[in-house]
Amino acid sequence: MRRDWEKGVRIVNSHFKVPGRKKWSLMDKLLLGLTPREYISQAVRNPFNWLLAAVFAVGLPVIAMRFIFGLGAVTNSSCDYPWGLILDFGLFAMVPLSSSGFQLGTTVEIFGRHDFEPIERLALLNGLLGYLFAVIYLLVDLGQPWRLPYPMVVAYGPVAVLFLVGWHVATYLSVQVCEVSVAFFEWIGFPLGKKGVRSITLGLTVAGIILSTLHQGALGALFNYAPGKVHPLWYSSAFQWLHFFVSSIPGGLCMVIVVSTVVKKTMAWRCDDKFLDNLDKLTISLAKGASMGLITYLVIKMMGIAHDNKWEYLATGYGAWYMFEIGIGVIIPLILFAYGIRNKMVGLVRFSALLTVCGIVMNRLNTALITFNWKLAEREIPTWQEFVMAITLFCVYIVVWRFLLYRLPILYAWKTADESATVPEPAMGHLPGRSPEPAIAGTYRSRLDENVGGPIRQWP
Amino acid sequence: MKRRDFLKGCMACGAAAALGVSEKAWGIGSFEGYPEGMGVLVDLTRCVGCRSCEAACNKEQQLPAPDRPFDDKSVFEEKRRPTEKAYTVVNRYEQTGGGPVYRKIQCNHCNEPACLSSCFVNAYTKTKEGAVIYNPKVCVGCRNCLIACPFNVPGYSYSSAFNPVVKKCIFCYDTRLKYGKPPACVEVCPQEVLTFGHRKDLLKIGRDRIKEKPDRYVDHIFGEKEVGGTSWLYLAGVDFDKVGFDTTMSNDPILSNVKDFLGVVPMVLTIWPALFTGFHLLATRNKDHADHESGNTEQEVRKS
Repeated sequence: MRRDWEKGVRIVNSHFKVPGRKKWSLMDKLLLGLTPREYISQAVRNPFNWLLAAVFAVGLPVIAMRFIFGLGAVTNSSCDYPWGLILDFGLFAMVPLSSSGFQLGTTVEIFGRHDFEPIERLALLNGLLGYLFAVIYLLVDLGQPWRLPYPMVVAYGPVAVLFLVGWHVATYLSVQVCEVSVAFFEWIGFPLGKKGVRSITLGLTVAGIILSTLHQGALGALFNYAPGKVHPLWYSSAFQWLHFFVSSIPGGLCMVIVVSTVVKKTMAWRCDDKFLDNLDKLTISLAKGASMGLITYLVIKMMGIAHDNKWEYLATGYGAWYMFEIGIGVIIPLILFAYGIRNKMVGLVRFSALLTVCGIVMNRLNTALITFNWKLAEREIPTWQEFVMAITLFCVYIVVWRFLLYRLPILYAWKTADESATVPEPAMGHLPGRSPEPAIAGTYRSRLDENVGGPIRQWP
Repeated sequence: MKRRDFLKGCMACGAAAALGVSEKAWGIGSFEGYPEGMGVLVDLTRCVGCRSCEAACNKEQQLPAPDRPFDDKSVFEEKRRPTEKAYTVVNRYEQTGGGPVYRKIQCNHCNEPACLSSCFVNAYTKTKEGAVIYNPKVCVGCRNCLIACPFNVPGYSYSSAFNPVVKKCIFCYDTRLKYGKPPACVEVCPQEVLTFGHRKDLLKIGRDRIKEKPDRYVDHIFGEKEVGGTSWLYLAGVDFDKVGFDTTMSNDPILSNVKDFLGVVPMVLTIWPALFTGFHLLATRNKDHADHESGNTEQEVRKS
């Protein structure tokens, strides 16, 4: 895509191909302003797509096998270890990393910090897709996925924590669809829909905080059902839900830092100046929030151990593993964040955010899988098919994520007709190695309109 | 209606309402099982490991044929657990200074079952006869009950692609217990290891046996209090942790572990909306707290 863009292909960032005269068709918008042939050629050129294709070639048949022959055929899920890698990674580890939506929503909409706006939509999308894919991972792992709506319409078990999780995730997904729909309405050209959603933004955001607090906590409380199975160091009778909720705060913020870094490195052409110019500053700000979340998490983890007086477990092998997790995922990031924020070292902050994300994933896998059933002699090792399915679904996630980021005004602001006339210059200076003048690319359809004016890049 | 009757009616209703509330408030304590609930007392000192209970269960519940026949003693070489193919299993535990002890494992039919309280579609029911039964028609297959069961009892038919369900001992509810008959395993046991009766009577019998032969028994009935009490009760001649029981188990039902969290839910639901809307008003005072973008354009419009 970058190469097309360097050649002068115009990127869709407003309704008008030619300001005030010719509109982009839906097909243009979907194909990013390229012709179908150009679109396919840029897709084939990208080596990452080949990697994805290779993963799908192996993974999709495995997923098909799971549905045709049952869970037993491809997973090591057993009566002792009912929740395997797919659920533990896809649901328990992805959901805390998706708390970014409600946090940035709160920052901007509740606290009025509009300086975070450039990254708000990326955080909202990260939240939406994280939850959506948590449900998709769940569908793969459920025994009878077609019965997923049962707790809502057929049979109710309101005492169960999972009942709460189900309802809240469903409601929160709808809330997040609404929040992200603003970008979609801009893109599709439906201002009334945007206006409607904007008018209930405050309500949606508050609903997001309530639902997030409860179901992030509820995922932790699910493990309160198994006091004898979760290892004491990862179990807390009083604070389990708080551990899960509090750790989701740095988890979500650091995930935004990580994905924004990926975006900056891989799709700078799609970002506008506002995003790219503010990103470093915002990364530092997010890291400050994440540090506060991390230190709270560390203290409450220690309190959990002190509350049940479980210090002696730290001297065991599990204790060493526990301290490794806390060290890599909490203490080292805290130190690096402190140093990085103080010295404005954005790269260090980004690395530290990645460590934090790994720490959260490790914590969830430890709680649900690695140290689960610590009293039993046998440990469950997931089958290779489970790894393949988890990776395949993650690749689907990446594809959907990229598809939306390429198109919807998430990394860039959608230009309305009058704005585009006054702001003709999108984010140009950030692309390394751009050619000083437009390449000879008269064959490209979108070049034909170049000299008519409007939001086209004026090369020096 | 006369005015006096009306007032009388109001008072009666008020009293009933007050009474109802207080009754309910008391009712939220712990549930110790239905008064007429049945149970089985398992006396491990009598078990010889003949596995006829396993065979009877297999036949009664129409389970698939076992991998190894029921008279094959080699199964004792490993510790087994109930699965979708066997609702009850007998394990052998070697003891230092004494012969081996055999232990029958099946669903203990808790008074406050963890499987039931963790199920989000209410697939489980604790019947008044004491059985914990399961409705496969609503089960989604989340397997939270397998996570929650403190005794590692429920099995899941992972091999089925289109109708996997939880498989566990249901106290022979459909075919026997409902009609007041003992479950198949109890009826077949040649050693009278298993005694079927009202749970409260079984507790008395258990205590009597311990009292009569204090040398033969450990002074504890496993299941009397564990995780809120179970319908199946155990007597043993050796410490319970030597025959595979988890003796660290709390006497509180599993549900009490999540009650703390469930108590937080209404608080968050009621307090958060006002709290965060309040934060919003405080944080954005004297600022444009309507839609940022449209606010700006409105101002611009006004200027021009």
